[in-house]
Amino acid sequence: MSHDQHNRTSPRRRIMQGLMVLPLIALPALSFGANPPTAQVNTTKLAVTDTEVTVGQLHSATGTMAISETGSIQAEQLAIDQINAMGGVLGRKIKVIKEDGASDWPTFAEKSKKLLINDKVAAVFGCWTSASRKAVLPIFEKENGMLYYPTFYEGLEQSKNVIYTGQEATQQILWGLDWVSKEKKAKTYFLVGSDYIWPRTSMKIARKHIEGHLAGSKVVGEEYYPLGHTNFNSLINKIKAAKPDVIFIAVVGGSNVSFYKQLKAAGVTAAKQTLLTISVTEDEVLGIGGENMQGFYASMKYFQSLDNANNKKFVEAFKAKYGAKAVIGDVTQAAYLGPWLWKATVEKAGSFDVDKIAAASKDIEFKGAPEGYVKVHENHHLWSKTRIGQAQADGQFKVVAESPELIEPNPFPKGYQ
Amino acid sequence: MSVSEMLNIGMMQGFAGLSLFAVLLLMGLGLAIIFGQMGVINMAHGEFMTIGAYTIFLFSTVSENYFPKFVQSYFIFAIVAAFFIAFALGWFIEWALIRHLYKRPLDTLLATWGVSLGMQQCFRTFIGPKEVSPTLPDWLMGSWSPHEGLDIPINGMFVMVLTLVVTGGVLIALYKSRWGLRVRATVANRTMANSIGINTKKTDRLTYAIGCGIAGIAGAAFTTIGSTGPTSGSLYIVDAFLVVTFGGAASLLGTVASAFGIAQMQSISEFFMTGSMAKVLTLLTIVIILMMRPQGLFASKIRR
Repeated sequence: MSHDQHNRTSPRRRIMQGLMVLPLIALPALSFGANPPTAQVNTTKLAVTDTEVTVGQLHSATGTMAISETGSIQAEQLAIDQINAMGGVLGRKIKVIKEDGASDWPTFAEKSKKLLINDKVAAVFGCWTSASRKAVLPIFEKENGMLYYPTFYEGLEQSKNVIYTGQEATQQILWGLDWVSKEKKAKTYFLVGSDYIWPRTSMKIARKHIEGHLAGSKVVGEEYYPLGHTNFNSLINKIKAAKPDVIFIAVVGGSNVSFYKQLKAAGVTAAKQTLLTISVTEDEVLGIGGENMQGFYASMKYFQSLDNANNKKFVEAFKAKYGAKAVIGDVTQAAYLGPWLWKATVEKAGSFDVDKIAAASKDIEFKGAPEGYVKVHENHHLWSKTRIGQAQADGQFKVVAESPELIEPNPFPKGYQ
Repeated sequence: MSVSEMLNIGMMQGFAGLSLFAVLLLMGLGLAIIFGQMGVINMAHGEFMTIGAYTIFLFSTVSENYFPKFVQSYFIFAIVAAFFIAFALGWFIEWALIRHLYKRPLDTLLATWGVSLGMQQCFRTFIGPKEVSPTLPDWLMGSWSPHEGLDIPINGMFVMVLTLVVTGGVLIALYKSRWGLRVRATVANRTMANSIGINTKKTDRLTYAIGCGIAGIAGAAFTTIGSTGPTSGSLYIVDAFLVVTFGGAASLLGTVASAFGIAQMQSISEFFMTGSMAKVLTLLTIVIILMMRPQGLFASKIRR
């Protein structure tokens, strides 16, 4: 392969490459810090030059998902700016080509083809919903691209061409349920979700865990509502009739706001009822209103209020760039990890080639992560801690518990499928 | 479960049905006027609701930041403003677009759909893609609890009262005012109405604008139960059309009856089966009834 490529290089390129090597030979003492030659770090014709490397960003800037994906777009841009300010990756500045998936899954597929085939980007940071990821996955596998995917999701997937920087379902759910069972002495659970793959898979895992691993506990109700459903009064009455110790929630999008507003209007408040959600981050509370969410719990790997030096720096930089009122949710933070993990992997592999990055990803660490310390598992998911946050009136979460150890990602959990 | 608990839940469930009825009626009312009376398929109906909701948000933000004294009372003024802002925009859109399309009812569908997409993108660009919810006055929050275990949502009661006022107002206006007379005459026979001196163009414009204004009120009221985002309108539009079509397009009483029927069916079946199945059952029932009565529950008695 490399022979073929060499033959096709123009004579001028070859002279240039030759010239670039010259100072390395002539001045070995000064060569420290000089960039490794492009021919060496890029054997697969990616868009990498001596001074620049091009990456893609593929999110919905328009359409119904823009609400959620804006935070990820901002966080990835922030990380890329910071990396560029430090001198880039292997001495090359990162240039970003932004594409808009427009909340439409075929558009995601089409744009990812454009990024991989026409633009030859070295990596793509993007996607948010599982549907958009499923739409681009075959293209990334066929064209051998590299995708950094930020959202917590249902698991049951693993690809050489994807790094999942959010939590998979078991990481997010199991420890949260253990906590609520131990701390709140919960025995009965009522599960509510929006009606699509992520809540359904998550609730399946939750049910197996409650019935199989939490002694004497049972599920007293399991309900799904169509996306965008806004009237939950009947459901709330049903919950009141079932009197569960814990309501466990995976309702997403605009439905969230109606759900919590109506809960409060029906007199279901944190003082009377324990509620644990896996779908509300600081971003969603903005819409729900802190006063409607106050006292309820969320199980996530990251909260904006996390007290550590990395996070303080991150929150400060984020607000400096996007305004003092900007909030940072779990997925936004996970999106921020993408460019940094990619940088670390490229530097470890000494190459931008996707195959080498995929192989080198195992055990890549990022000590500067706002969530603390993260490490990439062999299965391309992250080791991460899970935290329980309690919603406050000002829209932030107070971290009330944290898993003692990093939790191993397990996208194909045995006994939970 | 004790008898008193069952009674409480039964009462709350009854109220849930009534409050869904109020929501559906408020949603469908503006559309019933525009679609039912004028025959314009107004796909932008949801976006006019969103305008109303954003008006509340605007008032809430302004009063919070500049006039903290009004935080408890802005809501009433904001609802009135929501009506007039949606009214003015409806007036403009009728003048710019709809009036050229009266003879082509199916084209109004495409044109107003375009308007709705344009408005959505305007919200996204100028207001922001994130969902917002206004800070509501304290008296609208929480529940009224006459005794332990019984909680009646205050926002639900508020929407019911508002629906009562708006529906009453529309009915009186339509059957007791000069405007109502002109609208009914125009609906019955446009050419004849024109020939006896009714300015049908003006009537149409006013009717469309009033329909939009009522949509604005509906949107404003829904900020008490849901959030507002650029695409919120698209969530309401299907239900709104369902209510109007099921009721019989040309009849306001039909709209009331159909909103009541759908709301009861939906909330009762939701209590006894899962949410998605309840929706399926409701839609299935509506489809079957519409198959037997294509004109809807209440057909207009006018010969066309």
